[in-house]
Amino acid sequence: MTTAPKTPRITDIGPPHYQKFLPPLVKKNYGQWKYHEILAPGVLCHVAESGDRLYTVRAATPRLMAVQTLRKFADLADKYCGGHLRFTSRNNIEFLLEDRNNIEPLKCDLAELGFPVGGTGNSLSNIVHTQGWVHCHSAATDASGIVKSVMDALYDRFTHQDLPAKLRIAMACCLNMCGAVHCSDIAILGIHTVPPKIQHATLPKVCEVPTLIASCPTGAIRPATYEGKPSVELIEEQCMFCGNCYTVCPAMPLNDPEHDGLSIWVGGKVSNARSAPKFSKLAVPFLPNHPPRWPEVVDAVVKIVDVYAKNARKYERVGEWIERVGWPRFFQLTGFEFTRYHIDDFKHAGLTYARSAQIKY
Amino acid sequence: MDDASNGKPKTELLDQLEEGPWPSFVKEIKAASQGSEKATDLLRQLERSYEERKGHWKHGGMVGVLGYGGGVIGRYSDLPEEFPQVAHFHTMRVNHPAGWFYTSDALRTICDIWERHGSGMTNMHGSTGDIILLGTTTDQLEPTFQELAQNGFDLGGSGSAVRTPNCCVGMARCEWACFDTMKLCYDVTQAYQDELHRPAFAYKFKFKFAGCPNDCVASIARADLSVIGTWKDDIQVDDAEVANYAAAGVDIQKEVCDLCPTKTMGWDGKKLSIDNRECVHCMHCINVLPKALRPGKERGAVVLIGAKAPIMQGALLSSVLIPFVPAEELLDTLKELVKRIWDFWDEYGTNRERVGELIQRVGMPAFLDGIGLEPVPEMVAAPRDNPYIFFETKNGGAK
Repeated sequence: MTTAPKTPRITDIGPPHYQKFLPPLVKKNYGQWKYHEILAPGVLCHVAESGDRLYTVRAATPRLMAVQTLRKFADLADKYCGGHLRFTSRNNIEFLLEDRNNIEPLKCDLAELGFPVGGTGNSLSNIVHTQGWVHCHSAATDASGIVKSVMDALYDRFTHQDLPAKLRIAMACCLNMCGAVHCSDIAILGIHTVPPKIQHATLPKVCEVPTLIASCPTGAIRPATYEGKPSVELIEEQCMFCGNCYTVCPAMPLNDPEHDGLSIWVGGKVSNARSAPKFSKLAVPFLPNHPPRWPEVVDAVVKIVDVYAKNARKYERVGEWIERVGWPRFFQLTGFEFTRYHIDDFKHAGLTYARSAQIKY
Repeated sequence: MDDASNGKPKTELLDQLEEGPWPSFVKEIKAASQGSEKATDLLRQLERSYEERKGHWKHGGMVGVLGYGGGVIGRYSDLPEEFPQVAHFHTMRVNHPAGWFYTSDALRTICDIWERHGSGMTNMHGSTGDIILLGTTTDQLEPTFQELAQNGFDLGGSGSAVRTPNCCVGMARCEWACFDTMKLCYDVTQAYQDELHRPAFAYKFKFKFAGCPNDCVASIARADLSVIGTWKDDIQVDDAEVANYAAAGVDIQKEVCDLCPTKTMGWDGKKLSIDNRECVHCMHCINVLPKALRPGKERGAVVLIGAKAPIMQGALLSSVLIPFVPAEELLDTLKELVKRIWDFWDEYGTNRERVGELIQRVGMPAFLDGIGLEPVPEMVAAPRDNPYIFFETKNGGAK
């Protein structure tokens, strides 16, 4: 006998239609925006063909938020924006105002709640980041703590627009890179540096050996028998600690408090403005994992931002600046050591070698 | 170790992250722990991770809601006796409304549901774009899902499926949107509900829609199928506004013309001239002079394929597949294209091989043959520079 559910189940409805959530002024001028101006850091004014003006106040959030805080944002939206608000692709919140006179009171309320206004124009926007120790099994480090520590140090870069161009920092806790860190001006990346510790006793119970072998990008994992049961062996020299084996097989953990750490990458971008989108390149191969404030990581990032701010020309993104002055100068100006780890030895490595006699002395 | 005097968890390391001007996630977890024992144990376990420099979440776990194969990330503590409230601490991905617009009522509804069923902790938003609801037990997944559904929300994608499509703010608040990103994102999401909720692919497949080449959703870096708005005709110029910028101190020659990647602009002190044939539609001049310059009127998008993060053969940027699709033809073109791409990927993709990696393995020419697309020079930065050409041999070589 089957019992009919009390209410019919609802599935596959997809997301709510966005039009339900658009402020009236946005609905009215949808697709009819003419231009915009930045009135102050974090404050935009979009002007429509109709002459209507929409004011945006952008504030940073910590991304990891309690419902109590979201309700405070909802209250602010009721107070100033007719009950409408939106979030950005970089974890900022935006309040869309019809009345210019509401900008300052809203900014005061946000300041009181501790949410800085900024992130527009030639400034540092909020850091895109991953879950870290808060909620992930493969994280080599925490994300929220590093982001908080870095942004405490770079707070003024968010609230002022005095950088040469926009600056985008991203943070990922392992090589899975759940954030777009591989194309960021500055990327902070959690890394493992010792091979996985094979748990032979549990491996045959929780993993498929062929899938596990196929998961290794360098073919470092081979079938083996351990105490009469199927398992694998690892050619350690071939391991570059990507963690892909751990993703498909829990019996290959590679978290290691002593040897997990952080690497810093620079010069990536996704925008097509001026130069083509590009990957971030290695600046610092390893920094220690030092919670709760990761001073070595903070110092390295601040160093890059300071050197960039001082040396780049107007509108040059970090990668464009480095391409102009050259990588030797980048290492000279930042004081970062250039090591054998900076020279690519994975696939197509030769593409990053200097293939000309053009050298600055 | 709890502080006996007030019953609150002792978190000496995390407490240091309440200091400083930037908003503190520790304050957020503490706020949630006022109403949720789950959030309290999350805080205690996180403090342990900070002490030991090591995560304490076990690997995955298959949990979900009835009839779906995704949308929930199973998560279990490896210290369940010490932190029983996070012994099961699953994440729910909720498909966000396009452009991340909300009403305060909708936001409160999500908060209320999540406070009843979960830890009260969220991410606004996850990297792919979803609303992330962090931390609940297996028995709460279905009730949470159904309450969300009754309020118009559905789960997002996870695993080897279509992942929640994402887009920039587009025409809702940007003068540069060359197509309606929010509409296309919504339509594509609705078209592929089955592929989104029931993983049937070799690996994940991501769509991202950016309204202009500034690419505010990083589609070229992160989407298997990247759709980036652009235009074909001349940049619209308002000479009077160019003059106003110049009068206000913008050095048009240095800041605009000299930084044009194809040096296709001229400035004689009065008038800006553009040889639009040489324009690559990079957006720099329009970014600098938004009041004076605008994208042309013949608008549409470039469709690119294959971006991904490093796992497993290395990171890729998307590359051009169709140089221009008129805005009004985008949805139909994408549906036809995606059908052919998925057919080819189903046939030839290996386990956990993204489309970009499949193309690297079999070669772009074979991929183009497979999906029935003619090669065009816009697809390459340059033709090949090696002579190892796989001429077709079935007809006895090239003629």
